[in-house]
Amino acid sequence: MVRNLFAFIAGGIFGAGLLVSGMTNTEKVQGWLDVFGDWDPTLAFVLGGAILPMAIVWHFSTGRARSILGADFPGRPAPRLGHNLVIGSVLFGMGWGLVGLCPGPAIASITYGGLGGIVFLLSMVAGMLVAPGVRTRIDQVAAI
Amino acid sequence: MIETDWIWGFVGGLMIGGAAAIYLLFNGRIMGASGIIGGLVDRSGLDTGWERGSFLAGLVLVPGAMALMFFPGISTNITGNMAAIVAAGLLVGIGTRLANGCTSGHGVCGISRFSLRGMVATVFYLLAGGISVVLFKHLLGVV
Repeated sequence: MVRNLFAFIAGGIFGAGLLVSGMTNTEKVQGWLDVFGDWDPTLAFVLGGAILPMAIVWHFSTGRARSILGADFPGRPAPRLGHNLVIGSVLFGMGWGLVGLCPGPAIASITYGGLGGIVFLLSMVAGMLVAPGVRTRIDQVAAI
Repeated sequence: MIETDWIWGFVGGLMIGGAAAIYLLFNGRIMGASGIIGGLVDRSGLDTGWERGSFLAGLVLVPGAMALMFFPGISTNITGNMAAIVAAGLLVGIGTRLANGCTSGHGVCGISRFSLRGMVATVFYLLAGGISVVLFKHLLGVV
């Protein structure tokens, strides 16, 4: 129960931050990504501001086995750079640039994003449903 | 850029990072939006379903209430091109699941612990995002 409460609080602050920072404004996001055009560097401040508290907490968590509510801290994944990491990130970036929404802001803006926001979220969910099949196909091709 | 944009960007960024810090410190979890919803969509994370659901409830309700109270008439300024929206949604859904993370997981949580995977993913999706804006907005003009 307490875990769910803290999950709700974290989700709420995350959503508030996405709204305040401008991450749910697709015009701004596209301007932030427009490095080859009239680039707006705000995204660097959003990412920088977000990385700061997390870097402190990662530092705090090293050497400790458990979180405050008792769950194990996530271990470091193996630093393996597979083709899926690169292909997936490129596909994601193409979609993000095309419309200006990434997963967090797409969910956070669902109450004020209109029909377009709902269609985007449903399409994203559909993409997540077919992703395991796509992964299998890519792995088959990569194995040849 | 409007002069106060970067201040709001930084303040919002601190809140995003603060939320990720709470999720890690208290729940021992990495705050990645695509992973949290993706685990519910493909049912791989149903054992932590309530935690994921609670996170998503906060993520929807808090900005929704803020929009209602403080930002009347707020809009995401999303394109009206529905074909582009469907294509982008599919790309984001497939891409983030293939890469195992998005802006929050790889970008915020990954870079802050100097994760090689997070940094490589972020370089590629930022690069692809930049090319996508040039291609679809400036060259093709579809959005």
